[in-house]
Amino acid sequence: MELFLDGIKKALELIFSFDPEVLGITFLSLKISGTATLISMFIGMSIGVAVALNNFFGKRLIISLINTGMGLPPVVVGLFVTIMLWRNGPFGFMEILYTPTAMIIAQAIIATPIVMGITLAAIQHLPENLRLQILSLGATRLQMVWLLIKEARLPLLAAVMAGFGGVISEVGASIMVGGNIKGYSRVLTTATVMETGKGNFDTAIALGIILLILAFTVNAILTSIQQKQRPR
Amino acid sequence: MNKLFNSIVIVLLVILIAGIGYAQTPQQKNIILATTTSTQDSGLLDELIPVFEKKTGYFVKTIAVGSGQAMKMGQKGEADVLLVHSPDAEIKFVAENYGVNRRLVMHNDFIILGMAADSAKIKGTKSAGDAFKKIAAAGSLFISRGDKSGTHAKEMKIWNGVGINPEGQKWYQQTGLGMGNTLGVAAEKKGYTLADRGTYLAMKKNLGLDILVEGDAALLNIYHIIEVNPAKWPKVNAAGSKAFADFMVAPETQAVIKTFGVDKFGSPLFFPDAGKRVDDLGK
Repeated sequence: MELFLDGIKKALELIFSFDPEVLGITFLSLKISGTATLISMFIGMSIGVAVALNNFFGKRLIISLINTGMGLPPVVVGLFVTIMLWRNGPFGFMEILYTPTAMIIAQAIIATPIVMGITLAAIQHLPENLRLQILSLGATRLQMVWLLIKEARLPLLAAVMAGFGGVISEVGASIMVGGNIKGYSRVLTTATVMETGKGNFDTAIALGIILLILAFTVNAILTSIQQKQRPR
Repeated sequence: MNKLFNSIVIVLLVILIAGIGYAQTPQQKNIILATTTSTQDSGLLDELIPVFEKKTGYFVKTIAVGSGQAMKMGQKGEADVLLVHSPDAEIKFVAENYGVNRRLVMHNDFIILGMAADSAKIKGTKSAGDAFKKIAAAGSLFISRGDKSGTHAKEMKIWNGVGINPEGQKWYQQTGLGMGNTLGVAAEKKGYTLADRGTYLAMKKNLGLDILVEGDAALLNIYHIIEVNPAKWPKVNAAGSKAFADFMVAPETQAVIKTFGVDKFGSPLFFPDAGKRVDDLGK
């Protein structure tokens, strides 16, 4: 119990002393996971909407695959991305293993199915007649998609939050493809693992608390967008 | 729909290209150093690497893994230079032409740790082998790294030396974790374990484990630096790995190693050995 208090004290110390290393780690976490979430948002939402609105052979199989992907184990993604990015691997020429870029790629792979799966469910959940009504009012297909997205913005923002939550808290893939390099690819989760390994439990707890504060802040902002002018 | 799709594709491409662009540091500026968790967890590399980077302009990517994994990375050409402590495996590594220019950097020693109660009565035993025999005979819990690290290799060597195969025994548990975590497990489960002195000193305050056996020549923990053979892997940063290896054995660096940890732990964590012979260590 004393350790927790030490950790909280240390967290306050690190935050209010504006420790440059901790600040750097925090911003890097935000930057990497934010970029990965943005990418996953574009890919996940566009494919999610496309799958939801079209009927084609094998649609159920695709949906099952997407739903399975929502539980994609980060370490498996990490291992896969590492092997792909090895110098002597298929994408070795890019020389991006152990860089923040590699971490963004891995995290985007983790977050995309999450965003896609929730988007799919959200769009499918909209009443079928809404589509027909929009089209019958003379909207183009593009306008219809836009209106549907606006209609489903509550669950879609939930999708973004779930994707972000999934990657900001993820450690397995980040440590594998990023390497936890000081001042370069060290993020809050990998630093927490390292400090635990070193036995610096107070610092580890402090980093954990900072991670929670960061996740809370981002989600609070997204929630306020989500709940703004909410109908009813 | 097509227009939307096209614009999405364009946006994605821009993000990807921008993403790749910003991380793309000039090639061959990067050196991948594969090393053991003990050198990172002790904080030694955090002290040395910035000096090297400032002096040479290289950027060192330290990947802290077990010695076994570090050498695997070297074998695949996925690392440029290795700082490891698993001598038998290293000799094999160099003999098989995966590495060149293996040089002695420093040593410290392994210690056998356990609770002060010492249920197997090993305290004061002179030889590590005898202590292990007593632990096995008493059936006292022993916590092993079990991760093919240098520490694990040393432990297996001691077990082999006394003809005991601990695998599968009730009193023998493998964590598969790094040194720091394994020490935590040993302390929590009140077991015996083998650890390098550096990590133990760095973590001592939270543990409650005591040094029970030390000083046996079999417990020396010797670190070598090996450059991955560029003839085998053309993508290896040969100039960078040589520069880093030279730096590690340079007199100024060795002087830093000599005093590292004294202010914090009261005694040095490593003893610099550049240029010495392995057989002379610990004498």
